[in-house]
Amino acid sequence: MSGWIRQTLAVILLGVRTIPRRLGSSAVAVIGVAGVVIVFVAVLSIAEGFRAAVADAGSPDNALVMRSGADSEMTSGLGGPEADLIKQAPGLLREDNRPVASAELYVIVDLPKRTTGTTANVPLRGVESSALRVRENVKIAEGRMFQFGTNEAIVGQGANRQFTGIDLGSEFKSGQLTLKIVGIFTSGGSVAETEVWCDAHLVQGIYRRGNSYQSVLAKLDSAASFDTFRNWLTTNPQLDVQVRRESDYYAAQSTVMTSIIQGIGVTVALLMGVGAVFGAILTMYTAVSTRTREIATLRALGFNTLSVIVSVLTESLALGAIGGLIGGLAAYVAFNGYQTSTMNFQTFSQVAFAFRVTPQLLVTGLVYALAMGLVGGLLPAIRAARLPIPSALREL
Amino acid sequence: MKYLYLVWRSLLRRKLRTAFTLLVVFISFVLFAFLMTIRTAFSMGVEVAGVDRLAMMHKVSLIQLLPIAYLRQIQSTRGVELASHATWFGGTYQNKANEFAVMAVDPEAYPKLYPEIRVPEDQLKAWLGDRQGALIGRDIANRYGWKIGDKIPIQATIWQPKQGNTWYFNVDAIYDADKNFDKTNFFFRYDYLDENRRGAYGQVGWYIIKINDPPNAADIAKSLDSQFANSAAETKTSTEKAFLQGFVNQVGNIGFIIKAILAAVLFTLFFLVTAQTMAQSVRERTTEFAVLKTLGFPDGLVLTLVLAEALIIAAVGGALGLGLTWMFISQGGFNNAFLPIFVLTGRDVALGAVLCVTLGVLAGVLPAMAAMRLRIVDALRRN
Repeated sequence: MSGWIRQTLAVILLGVRTIPRRLGSSAVAVIGVAGVVIVFVAVLSIAEGFRAAVADAGSPDNALVMRSGADSEMTSGLGGPEADLIKQAPGLLREDNRPVASAELYVIVDLPKRTTGTTANVPLRGVESSALRVRENVKIAEGRMFQFGTNEAIVGQGANRQFTGIDLGSEFKSGQLTLKIVGIFTSGGSVAETEVWCDAHLVQGIYRRGNSYQSVLAKLDSAASFDTFRNWLTTNPQLDVQVRRESDYYAAQSTVMTSIIQGIGVTVALLMGVGAVFGAILTMYTAVSTRTREIATLRALGFNTLSVIVSVLTESLALGAIGGLIGGLAAYVAFNGYQTSTMNFQTFSQVAFAFRVTPQLLVTGLVYALAMGLVGGLLPAIRAARLPIPSALREL
Repeated sequence: MKYLYLVWRSLLRRKLRTAFTLLVVFISFVLFAFLMTIRTAFSMGVEVAGVDRLAMMHKVSLIQLLPIAYLRQIQSTRGVELASHATWFGGTYQNKANEFAVMAVDPEAYPKLYPEIRVPEDQLKAWLGDRQGALIGRDIANRYGWKIGDKIPIQATIWQPKQGNTWYFNVDAIYDADKNFDKTNFFFRYDYLDENRRGAYGQVGWYIIKINDPPNAADIAKSLDSQFANSAAETKTSTEKAFLQGFVNQVGNIGFIIKAILAAVLFTLFFLVTAQTMAQSVRERTTEFAVLKTLGFPDGLVLTLVLAEALIIAAVGGALGLGLTWMFISQGGFNNAFLPIFVLTGRDVALGAVLCVTLGVLAGVLPAMAAMRLRIVDALRRN
């Protein structure tokens, strides 16, 4: 057994030592695999970034109440008295005898996108004073919180980065709407950072909503009280509402976009992968054919066929691994953290997010690269093992 | 032409290698066609948007409504030929995943504004006589198997009916249109919406305005907007093309992403592999080329022979890739709800052909030069 291993190692070493002679053709296989891995990692990092921004936005301790039948906050509607009733539900956290819940409006306001100059649907959220208490991850990063009863507003860091006209200290005017930007907030990179926040009453006035809201976001006294809270609301004949955990609501919102991007990314990577495998096969055939005499000599000397196969496979796996590493690294350097924004069709509004090249994506990319190397090496390895020794020795 | 057989024999010299190279080129162009189709789908018909139509929306955002009373004022503005309105309905069929574009429109004016929509005369007449009627696209009808006369329940998302949560519509008419026009729309009558919703009476989503002097679109838009300045609902009017382009821009720079992927595909797969194969093949045939030259083949002919090999591989692989993908797509192979306009345009096929030939020549040119420059004495001595 150890003799076989020594043999194999010797053949592999011989192969590796001759690689510089075949640098050009090896580079083709490496670049091919690297290209596939770059595209694979880059496209999936878009999906991953979008998913992280949207799906991780909600907390399981919060419950979101909307009108039944509404598919998002945008299409929901609740009257003022309904909102008051919702805040009396059991299971809701109370501090100083006041419910920790915020009745909100979710509308859009057109702001020019920095990259294109054309306007985009930026979410404008009208909130109540407990909004910051309900959303514990929202922090004022610059400036201050707006004052209720005025036309002051705060903007998320992502919105501030992606759209113009809402810098700190500036005044934004559109039609009858005037907003004075007094602060910038963060929420750990989640979707809230794309929003502009102001007093709910201001939105009611400008958007002609009377005394009505679109959703109530409530903090539960514990995550386990969700069922009590929901059952009380959905069985109440005065209300026609649906209740969801905030985390579930946001997780569902990211599905359409994420699966489209993933579908495109995986399809493209698979097709490219087939092409790259053919590239690798060509490279390895070239490798085998330039070493025909060498391999035949080894086998004539009594080297095991299996060690020849293993050595060819090792070489092609190594080329795949190098390609995978180069591709993963290049994708990480070029795309990780790249800031952009897109339209989430489920809410008809913009989401700012950053590409995320996660360790898991890199590992998947590398495994894919190794698989391409392995498949690419199989046929040439078999050919090497089957070379008829006499004619191979005579060749060239 | 008489040398074609020579080229053919050299391609068959290593059949396996030629086959794999062909497959790589084939896959590159399947990807090319697939990605260009996605690009077209994401551009949502911007290329075919009418140049003589303006879209007017609320200045603050598209979700805010405009009074229907604006219609008269718009129609009497100079340069306006015809105007009508549309209101987004949303709505889902059976379950939340079945979402498509449902819009409330004026059944008389809307089809006149969009001559792209082709409806049989008698069906259109039936729709005009049925308040609960709907005009639906061929693709959406096929997707759910709807026929003329069917009653369709649509769950309300934005507009609650006075009773319950479901709206019912009769399929009165089905429209057809060219390939690059969205055939998944579901139109129903605005008068039916307005009398059965629970509020927002007399409000519409946006106006579509046909003008008679397209070069003056900017001035007409300005004069329209100035009429409603300082009112409760100020407006923003732009050409339909600009309106759609703005919408496309909201999704992000899809065009750039697709181009970047294509550059990676064409360079790493097609170009590198073909160039490498040709180089390898020329290296192997050094002696043969030397013999050809000894026989008196001029340098230019040797160059052409090698280039022809590269070109044949590129052309055959590219044509198969583009052709098969085109067939697959026009059979409705990728038909999906999210991207309704899924076509491979003639322009993209032409672009693919040009790219294919260019890259084929580029991949063949260095090896061909090497073969041309061979000095007979050196080449024959090499062994």
